[in-house]
Amino acid sequence: MTSWIEIGALDDIPRLGSRVVRTPGGNIAVFRTESDEVFALDDRCPHKGGPLSQGIVHNKRVTCPLHNFVIELASGQAVAPDEGCTHTHPAKVENGIVWLSVRQAAAVS
Amino acid sequence: MLDKVIKQKLVVIGNGMAGIRTVEALLERAPDLYDITVFGSEPYGNYNRILLSPVLAGEKTVDDIMLNTVDWYEDNNITLRKGETISMIDRRTCEVVTEAGERVPYDRLLVATGSNPIMLPLPGKELPGVIGFRDIYDVDRMIKASTDYRNAVVIGGGLLGLEAANGLMKRGMNVTVVHLLDTLMERQLDPVAGGLLRKSLEERGMVFKMPAQTQAILGEDRVTGVRFGDGTELPADLVVMAVGIRPNFELAKKAGLYCERGIVVSDTMQTYDGRIYAVGECVQHRRQTYGLVAPLFDQAKVCANHLAMKGFATYDGSVTSTKLKVTGIDLFSAGDFAPGPDKEEIVLQDANRGVYKRIILKDKKIVGAVLYGDTIDGPWYFQHLRDGTDVSHMRERLVFGAANLGEGGVSGQNSVAAMSDETEICGCNGVCKGAIVKAISEKKLFTLDDVRAHTKASSSCGSCTGLVEQVLAFTLGGDYSAAPKVKPLCKCTDHSHDDVRRVIVEQQLKTIPAVMRFMEWKTLNGCHSCRPALNYYLLATWPGEYRDDQQSRFINERVHANIQKDGTYSVVPRMWGGVTTPSELRAIADVAEKFNIPTVKVTGGQRIDLLGVKKEDLPAVWADLNDAGMVSGHAYAKGLRTVKTCVGSEWCRFGTQDSTGLGVKLEKFMWGSWTPAKVKLGVSGCPRNCAEATCKDVGVVCVDSGYEIHFAGAAGLHIKGTEFLTKVETEDETLEVIVALTQLYREEGWYLERMYKWCDRVGLEQIRKRVVDDVANRKALFARFAYSQQFAQTDPWAERASRGVDRNEFAPLAELELA
Repeated sequence: MTSWIEIGALDDIPRLGSRVVRTPGGNIAVFRTESDEVFALDDRCPHKGGPLSQGIVHNKRVTCPLHNFVIELASGQAVAPDEGCTHTHPAKVENGIVWLSVRQAAAVS
Repeated sequence: MLDKVIKQKLVVIGNGMAGIRTVEALLERAPDLYDITVFGSEPYGNYNRILLSPVLAGEKTVDDIMLNTVDWYEDNNITLRKGETISMIDRRTCEVVTEAGERVPYDRLLVATGSNPIMLPLPGKELPGVIGFRDIYDVDRMIKASTDYRNAVVIGGGLLGLEAANGLMKRGMNVTVVHLLDTLMERQLDPVAGGLLRKSLEERGMVFKMPAQTQAILGEDRVTGVRFGDGTELPADLVVMAVGIRPNFELAKKAGLYCERGIVVSDTMQTYDGRIYAVGECVQHRRQTYGLVAPLFDQAKVCANHLAMKGFATYDGSVTSTKLKVTGIDLFSAGDFAPGPDKEEIVLQDANRGVYKRIILKDKKIVGAVLYGDTIDGPWYFQHLRDGTDVSHMRERLVFGAANLGEGGVSGQNSVAAMSDETEICGCNGVCKGAIVKAISEKKLFTLDDVRAHTKASSSCGSCTGLVEQVLAFTLGGDYSAAPKVKPLCKCTDHSHDDVRRVIVEQQLKTIPAVMRFMEWKTLNGCHSCRPALNYYLLATWPGEYRDDQQSRFINERVHANIQKDGTYSVVPRMWGGVTTPSELRAIADVAEKFNIPTVKVTGGQRIDLLGVKKEDLPAVWADLNDAGMVSGHAYAKGLRTVKTCVGSEWCRFGTQDSTGLGVKLEKFMWGSWTPAKVKLGVSGCPRNCAEATCKDVGVVCVDSGYEIHFAGAAGLHIKGTEFLTKVETEDETLEVIVALTQLYREEGWYLERMYKWCDRVGLEQIRKRVVDDVANRKALFARFAYSQQFAQTDPWAERASRGVDRNEFAPLAELELA
């Protein structure tokens, strides 16, 4: 059961950047790639909990600002040889509006 | 890509380290380009040939040294035809022919046939019991002989011969080493070091006969002895010929490829037939042949680039270093150490400690090094050798090594071999020696980058890099693949920092995508290493024109505060020259209370740090500080940080000049400027130096007659006193020199390269010439700095606090209240 929530305009997220969505279960980082794809992840690096939303975005990856773990935006997986995974949430863009579906797993923070 | 696309066929002859390393590098660059078939005569996967000696000595097993198992070939869709030998290359039809007569077509062919041991043409050389030392088969035969027989003769006192002799001795045989010359390992060692080596091997029980020429190998059904030129004889049940290797290029030669001492290849690793590449010990490149691993890996990388059709890399030859893999003997040699009229030598000899070091210099640069007994600094000398560093400024202490020069890191700990497994090597990431050794052996790591990726050691501050390289050298027995001579900016490109800076100017490139396009970046948007570097280079090259790319800045510079471990930020307002006022202090106190800032701390740079500020509070905090007249201290920036001062002549009874006033003047002129790495200044009012100016990036020490300007100091990862640049008489001249110096650094420094590293790389004299001696150049540098300051001196806090810049950055996109 995917319930989509409108969270804002695509243009409010910088290209190769990220914005935070606050939820009772913790922050979710919403990323925008160069080609205007969006991805949503829990804003916590699997390494030491660093805020991924503050990292540098490159291609479909983000580098955590604390210790340079690189995380795949699509899967939430750390890029090898690092190990770990961050929860992902479905996100999409329709007519310039970003939609998010919060998966309850995020509530565990 | 469609499955049905017919791929080009790549055939590799030779399943050794060079060939497979090339294939690995090719798969990284272009995983789907070729159907790959590998032919190998030996019945194994690919193994680490340099570790055969430890296998012989019983310190490792064959399994330990396997690099690519059969599964690896399957996983990568490579057809491995092991135990099959190619007997002919048919260049006309583009096919190789196996011994069984099967013809296999290729579009591109890679010849990596390696080398063969040289078997001296002596009478009796074909007797059973006479073997070379080249592959697992040879090692097996030696191990078997060691259980059945007692006496071994090793012909050849080079690296390979001594390692073979040591292994056989460890297996219980009586070993005599026969050497034609009177110095062991004469290609790597000078007579003194050769003598020390001989002495310690003799103490372990090895016997030497040298100089001696072998005349015949004796025996009927099996070897029984060896006869020498002087008529004497030695009994022998096993004779190992280890006099050298000969590139194996018969196959290539038969196919009509041009060969001299090896298959002649160009800088792109191509033979005279453009479809055929060659790498490894079988090739001759610029008249050189190589028998060590590091050059093979360099070649593999270049060759893979071309096979992947990314034709920009060239191989320029390698400088090699050697370490003898005999446990307990520390021996290192690199470069050219033959005496010559234009060379100078620095020698340290301590017979009782068994230490000998000889550094050979030419034109102020290290060209060779021989170390015996204490090889800790081997990689460090080698680095300077390959980088061509001007070492004149450290010449008097050079022979004592990196630690003595303050480059050994803060721990000063550096005898890797003597460390226990629990010894912490990387203090940043808490990685101990045992973990690194384990990763190297289990995951088959060869390079510093591999170790960084797998263990995180040396991946943060980098001060333990030398130690990690030593652990690599120690674990792999010395012959690891050292970092390339010219370092690429990051993994997204093969171009160096200097290349990138030069091309930005030459090609008038003015955006990050333009640089990436022109220089053929390998990744789509670069990475967290190259993007900030490119952003800085563009900003420094095109002041006023380049539009700063916020998304290519590290978070601290994007939000003008320092991120902390819990995701909050710290805020440091500027205090010019470390001077503050009651009203500023009151404003700071008010801000701290108003926003519940948990920690207020005095920094080492004479300012006050507010720690634990929530990101969304930053603009409001800044607004309050701005109202009290304070601006950003850039405590987060690769830019001008602090100017630390003492009170100087205004108050101090010893002060000779107004150091505080000068500090403030410098800071007011230079704040806001971006630099390759952080820049900290200090101004002391007298030689008592209370502002600690002589360990800063730039320091001024006031004296009665004027101002001494020092620079290139450090008191962080490395401890290094400054270098004296010049002395001037007025404050204005001081400002001019310091600003010009900083501008030169801004134009030439590599991103994240501190001023002292830049000075090391470029040379003190070079810098002095351009900043001090050449007055016209100094003034031009000063003018360029002043010009770029017009665009830099806007308080980033005020822009964000009251002018709405980057408003989105500090507010959440949405707040959800989920059911």
